Amino acid sequence: MADKSDLPFMVSCPAPITNQDFVTLAHGGGGRMMHSLLERVVIPAFGNQPLESRHDGAVMKIDKGRLAFTTDSYVVHPLFFPGGDIGTLAVTGTVNDLAMCGARPLCLSAGFILEEGLPISTLERVVASMAHAAKAAKVNIVTGDTKVVDRGKGDGLFVNTAGIGIVEHDLVIAPTSVRPGDAILLSGDVGRHGVAIMAVREGLQFETTIETDCAPLPDPVLALLAAGIEVHCLRDLTRGGLATTLIEIAESSRLHVGIRERDIAIEENVCGACEILGLDPLYLANEGRFVAFVPGAQAERALQILRGHPVSATAVRIGAVSESPAALVTLQSRIGTKRILDMHSGEQLPRIC
Amino acid sequence: MKFVDEYRDQAKAESLAQTIARITTKPWSIMEVCGGQTHSIVKYGIDELLPKYITLLHGPGCPVCVTPLELIDKALQIAARPEVIFCSFGDMLRVPGSGGDLFSVKAKGADVRIVYSPLDALKIARDNPLRQVVFFAVGFETTAPANAMAVFQAQAQKIPNFSVLVSHVLVPPAIEAILSAPDNRTQGFLAAGHVCTVMGFEEYLPLARKYHVPIVVTGFEPVDILQGILMCVEQLEQGRAEVENQYARSVQREGNRPAQELMARVFRVVARKWRGVGEIPNSGYSLREEFAAYDAEARFGVAGYHVDEDSECISGQVLRGVKKPQECPAFGTRCTPERPLGATMVSSEGACAAYYQYRRHEQTSIAAEKRS
Amino acid sequence: MCLAVPGKILDVSGSDTSRTGTVSFGGVSKEACLTFVPEAKVGDYVLVHAGFAISVVDEAEAAQTLEYFRQIGELGELEEKP
Repeated sequence: MADKSDLPFMVSCPAPITNQDFVTLAHGGGGRMMHSLLERVVIPAFGNQPLESRHDGAVMKIDKGRLAFTTDSYVVHPLFFPGGDIGTLAVTGTVNDLAMCGARPLCLSAGFILEEGLPISTLERVVASMAHAAKAAKVNIVTGDTKVVDRGKGDGLFVNTAGIGIVEHDLVIAPTSVRPGDAILLSGDVGRHGVAIMAVREGLQFETTIETDCAPLPDPVLALLAAGIEVHCLRDLTRGGLATTLIEIAESSRLHVGIRERDIAIEENVCGACEILGLDPLYLANEGRFVAFVPGAQAERALQILRGHPVSATAVRIGAVSESPAALVTLQSRIGTKRILDMHSGEQLPRIC
Repeated sequence: MKFVDEYRDQAKAESLAQTIARITTKPWSIMEVCGGQTHSIVKYGIDELLPKYITLLHGPGCPVCVTPLELIDKALQIAARPEVIFCSFGDMLRVPGSGGDLFSVKAKGADVRIVYSPLDALKIARDNPLRQVVFFAVGFETTAPANAMAVFQAQAQKIPNFSVLVSHVLVPPAIEAILSAPDNRTQGFLAAGHVCTVMGFEEYLPLARKYHVPIVVTGFEPVDILQGILMCVEQLEQGRAEVENQYARSVQREGNRPAQELMARVFRVVARKWRGVGEIPNSGYSLREEFAAYDAEARFGVAGYHVDEDSECISGQVLRGVKKPQECPAFGTRCTPERPLGATMVSSEGACAAYYQYRRHEQTSIAAEKRS
Repeated sequence: MCLAVPGKILDVSGSDTSRTGTVSFGGVSKEACLTFVPEAKVGDYVLVHAGFAISVVDEAEAAQTLEYFRQIGELGELEEKP
């Protein structure tokens, strides 16, 4: 069958196909079908002035200050899971990365790579989720791109989002700013997203559904900065979970991170799921949780501020930074003994042993 | 969680540890047999709570670790076949065979799926009548009832496209192999609580008598393990050698009779090769004649071949408690969880993996120290 | 070996080799085969391994063990007093 993307207009095809339920290679061809896809599905969902100008790029005015810029690609499988989908993650994840720079998110781009054969209804659902998540995060998706690949060359749908934010403070928020004596604050309970995904992916259905914790984080972070808290480091706990995040910071800062297991909250049903599957919740992904490193003296105030926002209402102090042992994370277990947390070599798998 | 949290209680753990310290007057070496107990000991730092007199040895209680190399290779061969859906517990995915593991076979396009229960594999067989579904039936006696049930149901429900690759191993023969070895250092045992939930503990009585070692059936939470160690040390200090039951909330003397009956119906006891240890008579299960049609080795014609182990790997000595992971020259250098030389480094229950994850930073490889 | 987790039976259906139940583990429910614990009933706690209940938790024994811990805890305090 001839590749439809070679045809300049559908009109020359003897049997023009106007109503498509599935993505075909023609949709990526730059021709009328691609325009139809954008007009019908994408642009109305994201509806904003820069996008509607339908130009190659978006131009916006900004006040003076520094810019934060980040990008991430989303290849999650399954595309849909309890409480969210790849679209929710794609917007929220990038918004959160901007928040972790202490930036106020300004706008996002969205690049889609669609696999031939993807139902258009799936794309519609994902795009709707993205619009919803963007609204919740108070950002617009102002520019983007769409490509179609052959059947079998993509997992249905991949999304890349890049984000720009405005940095309105003068702090250097990075592991290099972490100091001995800093308090480590955790914004909420951990493990939910990882379990939600694992449950669907491995077909390990539970009768009670555990939902992802995916949520935008700019509000509590900007509140900390507005209150003058001297935030040294922020990091959201995505792949690899709380443990991996802390290990990365300890290694980058060459300082010691000490935390207490009893201070880390895990929902009872997440505990139950982890027990059954043999998973360690400290290494499970989260999509709406972060750690903040602040001077010890400001910890109480910082916690008060965090607890004033729904997404960090249960924020707690889980530990402190010290000089040594350098570049290591020590966990004090529930029974009082200490052990060093190490990176897992790959993704955790459910086990019976 | 009920019946879990109470056994992770700090006050209880500390008072048990203090009691052990009070009653210990001589050095003792105690082995825990089960990988789940190894995991707990290392994760909760239980050896840190014990007096220096008590040495904990880690036994071959990891059925993943002791699955022979040739069986892994057979699994890889079967999984690579296009008509096969290969189902396995997650534990087996990264265990290295001669060239690769199930994970890498999956990456190359094989249909390898993690299941939580053997009945999930049976369901996949029902749902995919045109494919061959093979389940990797690995485990100690704890998992044997589940695996037996899957085979039993496959036959009862006439599901022809299902088969099992059997790699069951039994604990008591392993304990006997350890105790009868000339370099044995183990003076007391913590028997595996979930194995004994199924099998009971009567089969340990002759072992305790013959080798004059105390054997305490023990659970898995830190408080269970500490109590098991306490009971064991009490016996050692008093010169007794009996079988006692710490895990009485789950284990009864005669075990689980309905489970044992089904196991006896489906499986027969055979000699089995233990990776790193060698062949131990009467130490494994094989399908009985009545269920032989469900044996994947026969169905796929992969029976009977021999493979040599990596020469540097000392997992056999680690599994028998003769060496500790850090005493291996390759530990943490040429042998890591990313590039394991043997199964004790891959399985999360393996002593080497447990030490690598939790203890690597505390002590450099003893061999490296000796060299410098 | 081996991961077996205690959970509470919420409901039971079927019989013999097809006897199953919904078991709750800290609020997360999963189906488990109850064939090997014919005496288990709704409200009991069972240990579940690979989708099968392998024992009913003996609550009396569990209580006794916890009582023992309490006693040695007290004994420890007594012996520490000068």
